[in-house]
Amino acid sequence: MSEKLFVKGNEAVAMAALEAGVRCYFGYPITPQSDIPEYLSHALPKAGGTFIQVESEIGAINMVLGASAAGVRAMTSSSGPGISLKQEGISYMAGSELPGVIVDIMRQGPGLGGIDASQADYWQATRGGGHGGYRIIVLAPASVQEMYDLTMLAFDLSDIYRMPAMVLADSVIGQMKESIVANPRPMVELPAKEWAVRGRQEGQAQNVVKSLKLGDGEMEAFHWSMHARYKELAEKESRWEELYTEDAELIVTAFGSTARISRTAVAMAREAGLKVGLLRPITLFPFPAHVYLALSQRCKLFLDIELSTGQMIDDVRLSVARDADVAFYGRPPGAGSLPTPEEIFQQIRKVYP
Amino acid sequence: MKQVFSRPLNLKDVQTHFCPGCQHGAIHRLVAEALHDLGIRDRTIGIASVGCSVFLYSYFDIDVVESPHGRAPAVATGAKRARPDRIVFTYQGDGDLAAIGTSEIIHAANRGEDITVIFVNNTTYGMTGGQMAPTTMPGQKTSTSPAGRDIKNDGAPFKMAELLSNLGGVAYSARVAVNSPKNVLQAKKMINTAFRYQVEGRGFSFIEALSICPTNWGMKPLQANQRLTEEMIPYFPLGVYKNTANL
Repeated sequence: MSEKLFVKGNEAVAMAALEAGVRCYFGYPITPQSDIPEYLSHALPKAGGTFIQVESEIGAINMVLGASAAGVRAMTSSSGPGISLKQEGISYMAGSELPGVIVDIMRQGPGLGGIDASQADYWQATRGGGHGGYRIIVLAPASVQEMYDLTMLAFDLSDIYRMPAMVLADSVIGQMKESIVANPRPMVELPAKEWAVRGRQEGQAQNVVKSLKLGDGEMEAFHWSMHARYKELAEKESRWEELYTEDAELIVTAFGSTARISRTAVAMAREAGLKVGLLRPITLFPFPAHVYLALSQRCKLFLDIELSTGQMIDDVRLSVARDADVAFYGRPPGAGSLPTPEEIFQQIRKVYP
Repeated sequence: MKQVFSRPLNLKDVQTHFCPGCQHGAIHRLVAEALHDLGIRDRTIGIASVGCSVFLYSYFDIDVVESPHGRAPAVATGAKRARPDRIVFTYQGDGDLAAIGTSEIIHAANRGEDITVIFVNNTTYGMTGGQMAPTTMPGQKTSTSPAGRDIKNDGAPFKMAELLSNLGGVAYSARVAVNSPKNVLQAKKMINTAFRYQVEGRGFSFIEALSICPTNWGMKPLQANQRLTEEMIPYFPLGVYKNTANL
């Protein structure tokens, strides 16, 4: 399995889902993610699974809920307007402690917005986009290889922590082609899904998957147990990439597509003799806060780059040491708003100490 | 002494939260008997909905998934596709199925999902306190139609058993009532048929069960039962609207 394949980001997601053993895909067409359902519509039935093009995003996420409750790996994918519709089901899945993978290939908004790259759904993804107060696992690939690897990781983390997991990318990552190695599914020890509904056998206890919690203190206890799970996630599962941070006087921080552009800009800065590093969070929830804190003990200036007016910057500011400064350069999503490496290099020059 | 009547094994020996006179209990029992008669209770997954029907898992001793409001047919689709050898049914009220969940029920039926849907029509939102439902009858007063349902403003009540019978994927669609011993026996037969069709893999089966809500109708149980007999059944006629075995 070490041969190199030249595939689109969205195709890599679909291939990884198959390798991860997904049994059910439920989705609705929306640009720029439709390659995912198109790929799975032929590949998943061939692998013995089920593909349904559903009547709505609401129907799709609730089918994921039902399939996941029955104990199998299930997923859906969409973009902005569709992800908004799925929030009801994601909240119910969070409340029912159900795993499940949601792929969000972000597009512009609000409203119908547009189909170009955007990072303006960072808040929606990382704050728990539905009602009730919950978090989901959010992974942010910056390459086609990571689209593949992180999709498989999403399934594993989702099963281990019993909560929905989202792969959050945009049309740059979803639509571009790169060569990847389609790694085999990693061997991960997964907990048995003893809670799944299968039909109650004689002598077994009844399994009920639900989010209604009316007992005295029951809901409060649930919230604290989820809070503890989020802390455990942060301690064990934070992932990030660092580049030239050891001696950096300025650390550029960005995720996904902007991290790719920033990487080139940071290389340009190094060539120009500027001590600039890059910190790219790979898990957006859990956010690698401790890494920001550790790096900001020495490096006191960060430059946050986003395709929005600034969303991740909230987490960056909450994470760095009190005496560190966080500068910002944003290009809110829109046709023609994708920054060039030169543009980011200019910003680096502008704020460099 | 010979025991001639007992609780079906898949109903728990507990008190229900249903109001006095409510017919959810009788309909629960008929569903439980069908699972028992067909010998499928150990491979059945129930899908609870939102409203008075949410506590399905408190009364049925079977595996249950609780669904968001109106989405039970989608949740059932997911569970059935994940485990095609299991028997999957939803149990939904009229607000759940015929208002907020119209998209999910129509499409599950049209796809011919191999599931059974038990739809309880009592012409009102019971749990939230008697608001107007999609099945509220013309002129019926509710807490949100104080002057009575006005068809010009609110449209006419949905006749779901008839509506769904027009869809290709539906194998069986029938309307029953439990207002009299005769109708209970008839309902039992039809509910058994609906589940049997799923066991036989014939496609989507649908039972609309007329029911009463004495509390929110502001009536005594007997009065409410009389209203069902005299007003509801003429508007929502009982019977089989589609049976693919007869086609």
